[in-house]
Amino acid sequence: MTDINQTIRKILEIQGRLGTEALSFSDGDDLYRKGLTSHASVNVMLALEDAFDVEFPDTLLRRGTFASIAAIRDALVSLGVAPTTAL
Amino acid sequence: MLRRHHRRFLVGVDVQSVGEVEQSISQHGHHYLDRVYTKHEQESCQGSVQVQASGLAARFAAKEAVIKLLDIGDDGHDWRSIEVRRTKSNRPEVKLHGPAVEVAQQRGIADISLSLSHDRDLAVATAVAQVSGRKWSRR
Repeated sequence: MTDINQTIRKILEIQGRLGTEALSFSDGDDLYRKGLTSHASVNVMLALEDAFDVEFPDTLLRRGTFASIAAIRDALVSLGVAPTTAL
Repeated sequence: MLRRHHRRFLVGVDVQSVGEVEQSISQHGHHYLDRVYTKHEQESCQGSVQVQASGLAARFAAKEAVIKLLDIGDDGHDWRSIEVRRTKSNRPEVKLHGPAVEVAQQRGIADISLSLSHDRDLAVATAVAQVSGRKWSRR
């Protein structure tokens, strides 16, 4: 069973181009300060859509949605994704 | 009291790695292309992988430059609502769609001028607009 936040971290590592350091980011770390670019956030979004079988609506396509692991998690939960483990 | 009226301009600029766009096309294919670029933009960037990636990187930079100019980064937006087209004289121009049109009108922006450039590795875009309908005054 995989924690939703760990899946997000793995996606940030590769699609967010943030490297293995992403695996140890705290939930509240500012991802843009960590090096996430606007274009990389598109790749993160696409990978999240594939991983969780959801589609981000336009209302969620804003900087704040991808600003932190916690923000991404909140967005996914708002789309109906259930965390598989207690956080 | 001195009251002066100024013309006010808004500017947005952005750079984009061509290689990252090429990688996104390779990894996500049409999921990426159809989510970010209009059909017209995709058709405008036909050619080798390098040509396609360079053109789309310039267009992505342009979209981000316009997002900065309109100051809508913190609002929800569809990248396709900011479309790069070419005039008959081959100059790039911005065509806004949907909510972006309303935002531009609220900001007093009628036209956005655009300049694009790219080399093998990097694309850059600058967007400039003059604000009209509102006067900026200073005491």
